[in-house]
Amino acid sequence: MKLSILFSFIMSMTVLLSAQSPEERGLEIAKLAEAADEGFGSSKVELKMTLKNKNGQTSERFLTNQTLELIEDGDKSLIVFNSPKDVKGTATLTFTHKEGADDQWLYLPALSRVKRIASNNKSGPFVGSEFAYEDLSSQEVEKYTYKFLKEEGPLLYVEQFPVDPKSGYTRRIVVYNKDKGYRQESTEFYDRKNSLLKTLTLSDYTLYKNKFWRASTFVMVNHQSNKETTLEFSDYNFDTDLSDEDFTEAALIRAGS
Amino acid sequence: MNALKKASHAGNKFAISWANFVIRYKWVVLLLTLALAVGLMSQAKMEFDGDYHVFFSETNPELEAFDALQEKYTKDDNVIIVLAPKNKNIFTRENLMAIEELTKEAWNTPYSSRVDAITNFQYTRAVGDDLYVDDLAYESENKTADEIREIKRVALSEPLLVDRIINRSGSVTAINVTMRLPGEDSATEIPEVTEATRSMISSFQEKYPNFDIYTTGVVPLNTAFFESSQKDLALIGIMMLLVIVVTLLLTKNIFATIATFFVVIFSIASAAGFIGITGIKLTPPSSVFPTMILTLAVADSIHILITMLQKVRREGLSKTGALVESMRLNFMPVFITSLTTVIGFLTMNFGDVPPFWHLGNITAFGMSMAFLYSTTTLPALMAIFPMWRSKKAKTKQTKKGLYSRLGEFVGRNPVPLTIISLAIIGLLTYLASRNEFNDEFVEYFDTSVKFRTDSDFINDTLTGFYNVEFSVGSGESGGINSPAYLNKLNEFESWLTNQPEVVHVNAFSEVARRVNRSMHGDDPTYYKIPETREEAAQYLLLYELSLPFGLDLNNQINVDKSETRLTATVKNLGSVEMVAFAERAEKWLKDNAPEPMHALGVSPTLMFSKLGFRQANSMVKGNIIALILISLVLIFALRSIKLGALSIIPNVAPVLVGFGIWYVYMGTINVGMVIVFGMTLGIIVDDTVHFMSKFLRARRELGYEARQAVIYAFETVGRALVTTTLVLLAGFIVLSTSAFALNSYMARITVIIILSALIIDFILLPALLILFYPEKKNGGMANA
Repeated sequence: MKLSILFSFIMSMTVLLSAQSPEERGLEIAKLAEAADEGFGSSKVELKMTLKNKNGQTSERFLTNQTLELIEDGDKSLIVFNSPKDVKGTATLTFTHKEGADDQWLYLPALSRVKRIASNNKSGPFVGSEFAYEDLSSQEVEKYTYKFLKEEGPLLYVEQFPVDPKSGYTRRIVVYNKDKGYRQESTEFYDRKNSLLKTLTLSDYTLYKNKFWRASTFVMVNHQSNKETTLEFSDYNFDTDLSDEDFTEAALIRAGS
Repeated sequence: MNALKKASHAGNKFAISWANFVIRYKWVVLLLTLALAVGLMSQAKMEFDGDYHVFFSETNPELEAFDALQEKYTKDDNVIIVLAPKNKNIFTRENLMAIEELTKEAWNTPYSSRVDAITNFQYTRAVGDDLYVDDLAYESENKTADEIREIKRVALSEPLLVDRIINRSGSVTAINVTMRLPGEDSATEIPEVTEATRSMISSFQEKYPNFDIYTTGVVPLNTAFFESSQKDLALIGIMMLLVIVVTLLLTKNIFATIATFFVVIFSIASAAGFIGITGIKLTPPSSVFPTMILTLAVADSIHILITMLQKVRREGLSKTGALVESMRLNFMPVFITSLTTVIGFLTMNFGDVPPFWHLGNITAFGMSMAFLYSTTTLPALMAIFPMWRSKKAKTKQTKKGLYSRLGEFVGRNPVPLTIISLAIIGLLTYLASRNEFNDEFVEYFDTSVKFRTDSDFINDTLTGFYNVEFSVGSGESGGINSPAYLNKLNEFESWLTNQPEVVHVNAFSEVARRVNRSMHGDDPTYYKIPETREEAAQYLLLYELSLPFGLDLNNQINVDKSETRLTATVKNLGSVEMVAFAERAEKWLKDNAPEPMHALGVSPTLMFSKLGFRQANSMVKGNIIALILISLVLIFALRSIKLGALSIIPNVAPVLVGFGIWYVYMGTINVGMVIVFGMTLGIIVDDTVHFMSKFLRARRELGYEARQAVIYAFETVGRALVTTTLVLLAGFIVLSTSAFALNSYMARITVIIILSALIIDFILLPALLILFYPEKKNGGMANA
């Protein structure tokens, strides 16, 4: 933690001392945002996902998400499905990596087995929602290149280009709020032909432990299909003290059963 | 009788004072009509709508069902790009690299939401509990010969690919680009996609000349509609030239030709203004309006001009005298024929196909304006132009003999001619009833259109372009994972696969089987529906997590997982077979599946297949109303109920004869031909009116017996009828060259009908007149 403060101090000194290119400024903001969120250790949250189609028909699913923060590599996460009933207990365990494909395991209670999915596909929709897996997975700085666009009051607009050639996006524009610990206010996603595809809006922020901003509502609107997905987070818990042992295949089976 | 004479007298007086007025204020009339035409023209706005949706009214139930299905899943407009390498083998490193490159490029197509190709097919492989999901051919440049052989093996045994994306021999493959058009302005969206696709393909072709490329799909279909609208609109050029030549030949007078030219230009300009004011967007059927107006308007002018020139040339009248006399003689007939034509075109509004409403309304407006201009601009111009007297005063008197002899011939044999005519009409009517509707939209375009030849190639070598879709429900949220549902869907899938018409079936049950196999280490015995709902649901969840952007199942599963979409691709079927196939499939579901699974087949193909029937049913009422109205107009015009009633025979018979001959010629009719009855009725009725009115005048004013009256009618209007028929034939023959079958078939059958009408009016009508007006005294005057 100390290191990151020092780091951001150096970064801000750099701003003062030398004229930055938009690319450098963009990268700097992404690093500041990452640094600001560093040190939460682990967390657990309940999640309600509401899918809505063009005609307003909705469908809901309930999940629990546990995250373990790692500094050297990407975070680990474990998601358990609580509903619909026929997928209750299905759980995914993901190790995000700063470079290369993530590792992913799935526990299927109907088979009582763990399956490993070896795939580079992170661009597909997450359980039929408007969120791609790549939108939800841990946001590592190394996964994008950056370009600072503009500053409006406390809001910083940064264009980000995915490194993964299999990404579904050409770019996204993330809006950070520098007065609120560089939390993300909204993101626009541009598809492979560079047309606006989706907009994600984060709201109902709460500051946990006086450092970590967490939004309780994520709304993703797909402008091309007019479908929409809302994520509602509740019962954020930063005192779970999870460790590596809680993110293993055995833990995955335990979580699901 | 006295009252009627008075009325006719009043009519004459009106026509005379109208003519005198126009001649006196010729410059004012000319400038006013010019201002009117220019004013309307300034409102003109030619916009095209190529979206195939324009053929369906908003209340069309098939369209509603199809749109509902697209709302539930995804809206799929597509471009299918088919690649045929010259070496007839898709599975070489170079060819796979090329396909991979084009697939990647295809993602840049405007509005694209999904690209399916052989290379990006998500191939799932299981090794123990490890699942590998990846593109079937990714970075093909690094593939070894063995790996390419493996790719080929997988591709040619994959039910999702064979007969859809690749043919069985592996020589032809497709890239299916799905787009989500916003549907706000088809006039810009469709050309945007087409342009992008065409430039993508042409630069690909430059780089890889060893590929032949074909395109089909909904967007190319719309583009073909678009381009045929523009082409048919351009037919006006030839038509204009033809009109000038025909008018010059018939009138032998340059000024008459110029005057006619102004009348038709003014009429078309006014119709164009009408389009702008009403905001109509042109479609292939409505884009023929200028040719229609030109053809019909020129007939009005020619009647007035020929009479005028005859009066000058033969009877030696002064220019103004001849003009007034011509107006007196023609005002009423031109008014009545314009009225019946307008009624005929307006009946198109009874149909269920919006482009024909537009055609009917535009032409009706244009014809009303043509009447106005023929009775104002035309005489005003003729009054302004000098009249050059021909050197030869009386020349062609011998010509008269032909029509008199025809009249005498009919007069001698009314009974046998009636019997023979009625027998032929009866036979052809029977044949007419055997025509079948066929609205295969691919075949709307003749083989000069690339869309048609490309679609035919794709249909012959790879897959079908026609399909039927079903949204099969389970009755409960998440119910698509229940084994009962999946097994029944599986049964339906295999039933469909076994139907002779079916080329390919894409059903969710196939996904369930495939994932089940993957979950059991690729064991082929598990290529079946999972045992429990939990298994199916959890496998599906896993499978969905493994899919990349744009290749998800949203196009196949609805939001709350209660329904799935099944697509059966079929061969090029005629409308009757297509409807029968869909009904058979619907019946299978009804007989074999629980109620929530009952579904109606929907698709653009099916919508077009039913369009002809729908249009015909809705036009029945319109046609009856047209027949009644037009008969009433005739009764009023001829002032005889008997003749008005009798006129129904020569007015209806040509259409029956036309469709009878059509049965021998083609046997199938399309939606464009349904409107022909009302339309031609308004046109051919002119012949009847002219003939009957001359017959009546001979009896009433000259006191002739029926036989003599018939000969008189032949002598006075025979030539005029042939002349107008020739003008009409010329116009519709020009239209019949259209590459678009809705227009060309309509024009061809109109040619047959107009020709039949003339023959019937020259043979059956006079024979009937003689039979229905028996001679009171004995010893008929067969004035031979």
